[in-house]
Amino acid sequence: MKDTDIKRLLYAHLLCIFSIILSIFIPSVFLENFSILETHLMWLCICSVFVTAVNLVLYLVVKPNISSKRNSLSHKVTRILKCCIYFLMSCFSFHVIFVLYGAPLIELVLETFSFAVLLSTFTTVPCLCLLGPNIKAWLRVFSRNGVTSIWENSLQITTISSFVGAWLGAFPIPLDWERPWQVWPISCTLGATFGYVAGLVISPLWIYWNRKQLTYKNN
Amino acid sequence: MRLGSGAFAASCVAIEVLGVAIFLRGFFPAPVRSSSRTEHRAEPPAPEPAAGAHSNWTKLPPPLFNKVVIVLIDALRDDFVFGSKGVKYMPYTSYLVEKGASHSFVAEAKPPTVTMPRIKALMTGSLPGFVDVIRNLNSPALLEDSVIRQAKAAGKRVIFYGDETWVKLFPKHFVEYDGTTSFFVSDYTEVDDNVTRHLDTVLKRGDWDMLILHYLGLDHIGHISGPNSPLIGRKLSEMDSILMKIHTSLLSKERETLSPSLLVLCGDHGMSETGSHGASSTEEVSTPLILISSSFERRPGDIRHPKRVQQTDLAATLAIGLGLPIPKDSVGSLLFPVVEGKPVREQLRFLHLNTVQLSKLLQENMPSYEKDPGFEQFKMAERLHGNWVKLHLEENRSDVLLSLGTKVLRQYLGALKTLSLSLSTQVAQYDIYSMAVGTVVVLEVLTLLLLSTPQALCRGADLEVPLRSPVFSLLFYLVFLVLSAIHVIVCTSATSSCYLCSLPWPVAGGLMVLVSALLCAIVSTLTRTVIESTLLRKNAALPSSRWSEMDLLLMLGTAGHVLSLGASSFVEEEHQTWYFLVNTLCLALSQETCRSCFPGDDSKPQHSVHMLQDSAVYRAPILHRAGHTSPSSEALGGHTRWAILASPWLVLACCRLLRSLNQTGVQGAHRPDLGLWLTSSDHKVELSGLAALSLLVIFLLVQRGCSLVSRAALALGLLGVFCYRAAIGNVLFPWQPGNKGFSKGIIEARFVYVFVLGILFTGTKDLLKSQVIAADFKIKTVGLWEIYSGLVLLAALLLRPHNLPVLAFSLLIQTVMTKFIWKPLRHDAAEITVMHYWFGQAFFYFQGNSNNIATIDISAGFVGLDTYMEIPATFLTVFGTYVGPVLWASHLAHFLSSEASSGPALSRACFCYALICSVPVATYLILVTSLRYHLFIWSVFSPKLLYEGMHLLITAALCALFTAADQNSRAGPIQRWTLEMGGS
Repeated sequence: MKDTDIKRLLYAHLLCIFSIILSIFIPSVFLENFSILETHLMWLCICSVFVTAVNLVLYLVVKPNISSKRNSLSHKVTRILKCCIYFLMSCFSFHVIFVLYGAPLIELVLETFSFAVLLSTFTTVPCLCLLGPNIKAWLRVFSRNGVTSIWENSLQITTISSFVGAWLGAFPIPLDWERPWQVWPISCTLGATFGYVAGLVISPLWIYWNRKQLTYKNN
Repeated sequence: MRLGSGAFAASCVAIEVLGVAIFLRGFFPAPVRSSSRTEHRAEPPAPEPAAGAHSNWTKLPPPLFNKVVIVLIDALRDDFVFGSKGVKYMPYTSYLVEKGASHSFVAEAKPPTVTMPRIKALMTGSLPGFVDVIRNLNSPALLEDSVIRQAKAAGKRVIFYGDETWVKLFPKHFVEYDGTTSFFVSDYTEVDDNVTRHLDTVLKRGDWDMLILHYLGLDHIGHISGPNSPLIGRKLSEMDSILMKIHTSLLSKERETLSPSLLVLCGDHGMSETGSHGASSTEEVSTPLILISSSFERRPGDIRHPKRVQQTDLAATLAIGLGLPIPKDSVGSLLFPVVEGKPVREQLRFLHLNTVQLSKLLQENMPSYEKDPGFEQFKMAERLHGNWVKLHLEENRSDVLLSLGTKVLRQYLGALKTLSLSLSTQVAQYDIYSMAVGTVVVLEVLTLLLLSTPQALCRGADLEVPLRSPVFSLLFYLVFLVLSAIHVIVCTSATSSCYLCSLPWPVAGGLMVLVSALLCAIVSTLTRTVIESTLLRKNAALPSSRWSEMDLLLMLGTAGHVLSLGASSFVEEEHQTWYFLVNTLCLALSQETCRSCFPGDDSKPQHSVHMLQDSAVYRAPILHRAGHTSPSSEALGGHTRWAILASPWLVLACCRLLRSLNQTGVQGAHRPDLGLWLTSSDHKVELSGLAALSLLVIFLLVQRGCSLVSRAALALGLLGVFCYRAAIGNVLFPWQPGNKGFSKGIIEARFVYVFVLGILFTGTKDLLKSQVIAADFKIKTVGLWEIYSGLVLLAALLLRPHNLPVLAFSLLIQTVMTKFIWKPLRHDAAEITVMHYWFGQAFFYFQGNSNNIATIDISAGFVGLDTYMEIPATFLTVFGTYVGPVLWASHLAHFLSSEASSGPALSRACFCYALICSVPVATYLILVTSLRYHLFIWSVFSPKLLYEGMHLLITAALCALFTAADQNSRAGPIQRWTLEMGGS
């Protein structure tokens, strides 16, 4: 049973990676002179949309947690609305954190905000899909020993690796290599993307490796 | 010998300072000098080479120009003359450059682009060493050979008006002079009027051979408002009219005497986009150099683009032009267009003189000069020249002569270029031996510190320093013998000069003793550690120490910063590193506060027990981190809980505000910042309001820990600070909006100094009292706080008014962190120390400092002094620069001693502080040694090295303060000893 779970996790993650790869190649078919560096904003939007879509599809298809018993329409609508509000809030709070880290306040607002959106897609959207708009559950997952399934475990790993990737992505900005990708926020977005992909790759492997030691409370 | 870890750390840092000093002495090379400079007798000039034939031309050629006027405009950038600004504001000069009888060049100034080294370069033609910047404030008389010395020796009359630096550099060289001081940077009209007022009479008189005018106004405008200010245009027009006046007067004089004169317009250095200078950006090193003389022929329509030359070339050209011997240390080459109009024989003679001088300098400075390509070219050219002279004397056919002549010319010019280049690179000769010894000392101390870390941070925070055993061990004597042998071998075989070898032998021997003793101490500490660890493994008594995430972040951040010093951009932009680290620290703290405020998510009983054991046995026992979550969060009321949650974000917001106050570094320096906005003269009211508000905040935050007397003193002192700033015209009184004449504010500043000294004195008195009445730690806490508030008052006086918010925010952050983070979360002494260190570093940059010499605020050294006094000025400047680290460290001392159960926390903190400061220094020494041929070594890495050395010195002083404060925190060694005995 556990092995099949891990297999499903791996396939889901491969699909996410595939969506990111698609977001790099598909637009160049339809759009003239599209490249990640030059039309970065465009790529950011497309990548966010693709990753969000894949996450939603996965959520609908796989349904890792059979959650709510009440399946009334109004309940669903409030749930979706709540999710949207949470997503926007996370975007804005990321934006604030970037500004606190020294991103320019007025110029490049759009770039900063789209980076916030991208980072939210990598972190908040999977959380919303998996845990729903439930702060308690989030706090549980991200505290030390609160993970109850391999899905949550992989969520923890991908989220943290996206953050670390974005954090490391800021390092090359002060260097004087004069490369186009050193401009704010390109290196950070690339860092976050690499971190996310790395998290997606690592988490199934890590779980597979440690499957003997991992025991979850509920399973 | 048993030492407290604080005292041990302090002595270690002191030894490190010694090591760094030796390293610095070896790293900053002595500039290229002619060895014969001690004897000032004139050598006979090199005769004209003549192959076989007899040339009778052995004397120096006659001067090309009768009179020379040098107009030096401080901070004149090349585009002020050759660019659009020049066309707009300097029409006469532009006309001369484009159509008149002139030669124009872009002269490249070598960094450091500061006035005094640049004057030296212009007049001696040599490249002053980097150390000259440090002596820039207090320029001693120039000992080297210079054009002015030669002119004086030849009986020429030199007149000088302008910057006083010249008078100090060349005392008794001018028959007439009027030096103006550049004391007040805010004055940009009077400094120049002081020069111009002499001009009419002096031009009319004409009883001089050389006139030097140094105008400071432009530089002052640059410092005040940058290169794009409207004041620049006005100043340039003024300079243009002065140039026109001089030129017309020279032309009319020439008509009477029929001998040409030379007018030189040049700048000493450029101006960066913010208006400062000192570094090596293109704007700072490009200066115009225009030579104007009626003897320069120019066909109409002959458009020349200014060629790039070296600033050092002017000295040789001036010497040739005046018929003087070229200064001995000059590495410049003659600007050939100046002599182009002369007969070929004379041209060759000039070039020969210059090449002979350069090759002589090369012989004296390079052991293997014969292999130098420039020298070979020179020999070749000299031979050809001889042939040419022979042909010329035989009055050979002219076309052969002509072709040979041009060939010789080309050969000479090539030789000059190569020689000049190889001499310029000679400056970068390092004294590797001294550097190595310095590095070894520093590394040994660092190893010792690292090895004794577990011992120093353990229970009693004191450690056994193995001093006696190494002295009597065989290893010590062996190492000492080997080192002495190496010393003798190195010194006898050294080709270049070496500082350590020039020391008297007892001193060098003492150094060797130190090195070998340190080595033995390391070895014995190492063996003891190994033995202890094997014992421990057998007993398995101690659990392995676990690191919290915060520890990990602090370690990794420090390591990352140390590694980043290897890249020049990270050195230039070091402020970014610190801001980034401090921000991350705040985020990590906020995560920690979340955890402690929402318990239950993190309840892990087995782990906290583990931590309890840990800290009881191994780590700081005073500030139990152990199981901090449950007790602290239960004790928290609703309000405090939210305050704790909000405080990291408050700190983050403060840091963001401060970051936009002063843009610093290289990439960001040109960006507009709040500081620039505040200092512009239109926003004086806002600045006054802000300064007053900050002073009020400072008072409110500082007074709470003081006694009544010092509270009053503090209030009066802060009032005095405002009065001082109002007196020198930085801020306005609300009741006195119109600004009248400004004074130097001597009385007001001294008024504040009295209070600073008073508060410091009270603090020291309390400290001493607590030492006598043992175990009364309350008095000690008050004493430390008073010392701290005295330093705050001094900082408020020295910091520029727009930086007062930095001070206020620093105090605010300290208060918030103490109240809501360090106390409730019960961090370990080591963690608190590292956090203080990080914040101190960040505040160093918030204040507007950078790793560039140009950002040092020298004006802090003149507060309350009416003349330049070296020792107080240096002290004040250093304190003004390192306000951030000093204040945070003194806050650390107070905070740790105020914790009731502090015990040896202070001594442990001292150890951590010493360790964390010496790691970057030691690494940086190795990095700089390996990068010593890097392109940016002079512009980026060496200023940083000076900053690091100074920082280490300050750390040594702070560690001494810690140790002094710590001495009495222990209830007397004997008492403790008995306690321990009783306990065991």
